[in-house]
Amino acid sequence: MIQCNGITKSYTDKKVLSGISFDIPDGQIFGLLGPSGAGKTTLIKILTGQLTFDEGSAMILQKNVKHLSGSDRKKIGIMMDQFGVYERLSCYDNLKVFADIYSVPKSRIMETLKLVGLEDSARKPASSLSKGMLVRLQLARVFMISPDVIFLDEPTTGLDPMTQKQIHRIILDKKKHGCTIFLTTHNMEEAAKLCDTVALLNEGVIVDSGAPDEICRRFNHQKKIVLHLKSGDDVELPHSKESAEKISKLLEEESVEAIHSSEPTLETVFLELTGRKLEEDN
Amino acid sequence: MNNIFVVFKKQIKDTFTNKSVLLQVILYPVMTLIMENLIRTEGIPDHFYTKMFSAMYVGMTPLISMASIIAEEKEKNTLRVLMMSNVKPWQYLTGIGLYVWMIFMIGAGMMSITLNPANIPFYLLVMGLGAIVSIAAGACVGINGKNQMSATSQGTVIMLLLSFLPMLGMFNDGFAKAARFVYTQHVRELLDEMSFSALKLDGAIIVAVNALLAVTLFIIAYRKKGLE
Repeated sequence: MIQCNGITKSYTDKKVLSGISFDIPDGQIFGLLGPSGAGKTTLIKILTGQLTFDEGSAMILQKNVKHLSGSDRKKIGIMMDQFGVYERLSCYDNLKVFADIYSVPKSRIMETLKLVGLEDSARKPASSLSKGMLVRLQLARVFMISPDVIFLDEPTTGLDPMTQKQIHRIILDKKKHGCTIFLTTHNMEEAAKLCDTVALLNEGVIVDSGAPDEICRRFNHQKKIVLHLKSGDDVELPHSKESAEKISKLLEEESVEAIHSSEPTLETVFLELTGRKLEEDN
Repeated sequence: MNNIFVVFKKQIKDTFTNKSVLLQVILYPVMTLIMENLIRTEGIPDHFYTKMFSAMYVGMTPLISMASIIAEEKEKNTLRVLMMSNVKPWQYLTGIGLYVWMIFMIGAGMMSITLNPANIPFYLLVMGLGAIVSIAAGACVGINGKNQMSATSQGTVIMLLLSFLPMLGMFNDGFAKAARFVYTQHVRELLDEMSFSALKLDGAIIVAVNALLAVTLFIIAYRKKGLE
């Protein structure tokens, strides 16, 4: 569905993307993780034909992104990191503009507002909406046209956990309906929860990619078990026969409060690979 | 064609909540009606205020309205969303231009109430043609401005030049000489006589050069900055 082969992009003397390659099959959620300035938005702009690139090739819906036609664009939904809503118009009228452009039936407007939980705010001006509601209005605009491919640029940045959950539910629901979703984020929990595949982007280069679990397992060099004791102390033990005996003894003594394994997270993997934190710039 | 109509319709809906554009459109017609009906001064020619305010209206309202609408859409990122939704730049500019022209003509229609009914078609024709030049200049300013504030400050300079030079020229010879080089002065002269015979060859050339300049600057600004 989306193929990227050796994409390179420079602005004057600064290379912002270098040799970006990946392949996203139909119906998958692909997460591009990286800190601010890593090149995530630039890549979305390239893949959606908003920006040209210097080298490589990119295909979307089996078409070269440089030659997307009007009907191809109707199959692509894009939500960028800035809101882009008509503040003085109501939620309904905001969607109506795009329903008219895409020749979507009017009944679909209310259906989509209901899908994102904004049916009660349909007549409210967009200027009166909270940040979370504005994100949902943007999602409604994307979903209303029933696209085959959806690009979401940091859809949950700056939102409260409850709204984040609602948006995750909507994204997963779209996946169930067969949409291919390209998501950028610097929230590794979000990526681990939603994405089938992730790519870690740092300074314009993909430093690793794969399924989130697979990446974490690959970087699980120091296999450890952490015991939280009733005394309040934490004990870290390596995977070994001696550790098993020690754990068994502590369990018999009923002095163990909790046992955890300590696999790395995408955050720690990113830190190990790049020396940077995913959210360090935010 | 559909997209032009969508942009036009969107803008119509926005009119009733967009106080700044609404004020631009209403201000001169209301002022004209008040001045023509309430103020009677000996020695002032018939329809003096209508003609004076019309020249200011044609140089000010379409320019500032067009510039502020485009600049706002750029600033709020709605223009990018439209461009990503298959709306072509020319469709957007035509939709907005038609809207600005239409609301301007409604205002001009209000102002024409004070005139002799026989002169109204000529008046509206001259105002409509003058507005097209101002719309091209406004589009140029809107495209050039990074945001509403910069577009408004750039637009204000041009607007003051176009609107006030003809008025100041009525009271000062120096200003009158300078005013000859702007199309709004010739719009005022046409409205004074209410006949195309008032437009001399040099005046027609100046109006044509003004129009050509507005369109050329618009093309340069568009090629340089696009609608991003």
